[in-house]
Amino acid sequence: MRKFLAIVLLLILAVGIAQSIGKIPFGTSKTKVGRYYIDNGVEETGATNIVTSVVVNYRGFDTLGEVTVLFVAALGLGAVLALKKKKQENDELERASLVLTSGCKFLFPFILLFGSYIFIHGHLTPGGGFQGGAVIASAFLLIYLGCRERKINENGAKAIESLSGLLFVVIGLIGLAVGGYFLLNYLPKGIPNTLFSAGIIPIIYIAIGFKVGAELTGIIDNLMEAED
Amino acid sequence: MTFLVDHIYYIGCFGLILIGMYIILAKSNLIKVIIGLSILDTGVNLLLIAIGYINGGTAPIFSRPGIEANGMVDPVPQALVLTAIVIGVAVLALALSLAIRLYRHYGTLNLRKIKGQKW
Repeated sequence: MRKFLAIVLLLILAVGIAQSIGKIPFGTSKTKVGRYYIDNGVEETGATNIVTSVVVNYRGFDTLGEVTVLFVAALGLGAVLALKKKKQENDELERASLVLTSGCKFLFPFILLFGSYIFIHGHLTPGGGFQGGAVIASAFLLIYLGCRERKINENGAKAIESLSGLLFVVIGLIGLAVGGYFLLNYLPKGIPNTLFSAGIIPIIYIAIGFKVGAELTGIIDNLMEAED
Repeated sequence: MTFLVDHIYYIGCFGLILIGMYIILAKSNLIKVIIGLSILDTGVNLLLIAIGYINGGTAPIFSRPGIEANGMVDPVPQALVLTAIVIGVAVLALALSLAIRLYRHYGTLNLRKIKGQKW
């Protein structure tokens, strides 16, 4: 009965959607804003990756809100799971095989290096702070799963997270003081397609990379501790 | 038939959205509902990207001097999706932690069996 009702409801919805998407042409240029960003983005921000210039420069507030959402979610997850924190030192954990443990330890620095590469080159290549942070957190996940006795220092992770979030806001506030509005790109733009270009964008992406990496690692840490 | 060919990407995206909605409406296991939420989220993100596509377009990155600006796809939906993915992951993590708490408290993940739950 319940499934039947759900299917009927979704069929009605599907017919309505089919009516509306028939009106949206596929594969044609639709916006003027996007065209403006593509045409003027490189001169105005110095970043050759237009998506990065939109995310960090033109619509920097979105990124600030996004970072805030992730922070609040990590905080809420810690608060929800931390109530039962007896944490008996479970020595009875089955050890992983030697191949797995050594493989994880061997791969860990390479993944960290690659994650750092992604968020440092956010203004030149695809990727950026969130992608690099996720790659770094995956390195920590590998260590958590492969070498189960290893732990990160929770206070250190929280400090990195808070300081890099603070760095983002402080860079924005300096823009307010220097040129009149929040998240103004006040540093020299440099030559496009070189590492030292695009003003504040790489610095903000490094801060976001550290923040996201530390936050997702904290989420993994909380979820791994939660298992009974 | 030509409608199907022209809008195949949209149909796929809305298919994912509808599958996600069906799972949320019809399933009673909380983990399955969260999986449905995640599928719905993926469908919405894919739809946003598909709307920004331009036929024969390249990624909006001026990585070489020769690239011309005309053939680039719309960067605005990509920036939106970058935001939406992170928010989706945050919601997923929070929902999973609440599922862990619920399982500890009630000993079940069946939504019909959880007391005080009218749903």
